[in-house]
Amino acid sequence: MAMKKEKFLPVQIDKEKCSGHMECMRICPSEAIRVRNGKAYILEEKCIGCGECIKVCPEGAITPLTGSFSDFSQFKYTIAVPSPSLYGQFHHDIEPPVLLEALKRIGFDDAQDVAGACEAVTIAIQELLSEYRGPLPLIGAFCPAVVRLIQFKYPDLAELLIPIDSPMEIAAREAKRRVVEEKGLKEEEIGAIYITPCPAKMTAIFESPRKEKSYLDGVISIADLYNSLLSAITEISKEGMTKEKKWDCGIGLSWAIMGGQTQALEAEYALAVGGMPDVVKIFEDIESGKLRDIQYVECHSCHQGCVSGSLTVDNPYVARSKIIRLMEKYGKSFCNKVEEVKELYKKGYFKLFEELPLMPLQPLDTDISKAIAKMRQKEQILEGLPKINCGACGAPNCRALAEDVVLGRAKITDCVFQAHLELRHLASRIMELADRYSRSPVKE
Amino acid sequence: MNDEVLYRKRFDIQGRDFSNAGNVSSQVKAVLKEIGIEAYVIRRTAIAAYEGEMNIVMYADKGELEFLIDREKIQLIFTDQGPGIEDINLAMQPGYSTAPPEMQEMGFGAGMGLPNIIKNADKFEIQSEVGKGTTLHVIIYHSKHPE
Repeated sequence: MAMKKEKFLPVQIDKEKCSGHMECMRICPSEAIRVRNGKAYILEEKCIGCGECIKVCPEGAITPLTGSFSDFSQFKYTIAVPSPSLYGQFHHDIEPPVLLEALKRIGFDDAQDVAGACEAVTIAIQELLSEYRGPLPLIGAFCPAVVRLIQFKYPDLAELLIPIDSPMEIAAREAKRRVVEEKGLKEEEIGAIYITPCPAKMTAIFESPRKEKSYLDGVISIADLYNSLLSAITEISKEGMTKEKKWDCGIGLSWAIMGGQTQALEAEYALAVGGMPDVVKIFEDIESGKLRDIQYVECHSCHQGCVSGSLTVDNPYVARSKIIRLMEKYGKSFCNKVEEVKELYKKGYFKLFEELPLMPLQPLDTDISKAIAKMRQKEQILEGLPKINCGACGAPNCRALAEDVVLGRAKITDCVFQAHLELRHLASRIMELADRYSRSPVKE
Repeated sequence: MNDEVLYRKRFDIQGRDFSNAGNVSSQVKAVLKEIGIEAYVIRRTAIAAYEGEMNIVMYADKGELEFLIDREKIQLIFTDQGPGIEDINLAMQPGYSTAPPEMQEMGFGAGMGLPNIIKNADKFEIQSEVGKGTTLHVIIYHSKHPE
């Protein structure tokens, strides 16, 4: 358990490959990347693990720390637990049962659908909302990047996070229970591997911030499995079994897309937000107490929800439309027995018992008067900067550079305009000195 | 020593300017986060600052916020040249509002402004004169925690 609560960084930058193009620095929604001496590096305390940087790096120097099959060889039995977003990644005729079968063919011993767990968690949230009398709105942050944002930037909102476990955990837990029962294996012999649309899910699994331990043992990205899944699907299609299996988890599918949770919940006052800049705006409003009439806020780091995760393959809008099509086809059919889920909820089956550990950013100083002095200094520095946020200094904007200077991470002359000014001063001073000491016998 | 003012900033607040409403309280919040004030204190100050700002936006032509920090507390002093409050006791009751219906339809003026400020403040003073304006003095201590 030594791993627990330690911060896990789910992406890494290969210094050899990085050639300092700054694309990552510009796109990072939490301003966690800096470029110094032509190499990008991550300010770990600010990284939310969304993986936006992976998508834009022209050198392919940024990679997620997701695993591959060989990482799970210690397990006697492996279960793939695919994010429902996987269901939107292939041709629209390819339905969930085919994908679950394909996962088994490419090397997993078993595959556990998560849409059913999404549905169960939806019912659990409905139960919670109906009896909850505390401060509103409750924040349903099943996106670990959003949870991380709360940990370091909005710690005062932590009390609003819904204390219900995520569908991927519920699915893994159920799958392991089933396999223990059916195969007579011990739980530790079974590996549950999440098929992930993003690196952020890894932080939820490896840090398991609000529970003793995760039921998942690792992750493989959708992108890494895409090709082998495609061949397996073709094979299955040839055998003509694509349409045989029945599917009845209509409601949970919506969790793959932005707005899907609130739609499934049918809560009267709920809203859904996607994309970090908009999540930040909503959090600012919640902090001001503006949204007290809203019961539930669904939040995603990615603008279209999990189908737009950085480790997916298909265009997010296309993937979204495919999920919607599946939702329409399978409608509002339940695959769980609603009353049973409600019973489980009452027994605390879905509950997260621990509080979210907070990781507030280091203040400018631990002494309040020194912190205020540094804040003033930062404002003054910012005043002198051009405020065009060109990024040439290696920080994403002028404000970030001012902060870096105050914290000793950068020099003011990293700003090309400031450096130019300094050179001009220096040049005119040299001219002045040259004039003063001029004893030239030659008339100029 | 402890009440020596370390930080002081004045903000103008424009009445009826709904599109910019909330900006001042956001700036207050940003300052508190930057200097490492505890999350619980920030949350209470953020709500008090927002409600105070909204009171001016909704009812006054203009006003201002003076924001002060010392070692033991945060002070928010709102002053406006608004219509003043006729019956302060009534205004402090949850749900009591004099906001016109069109404002309430926009989701403002639910009668929770002053009650929310009182709920989140450690000390609270209000002075108001009809036809002249209102002054609201809110104090929140850095160290006070809920039981």
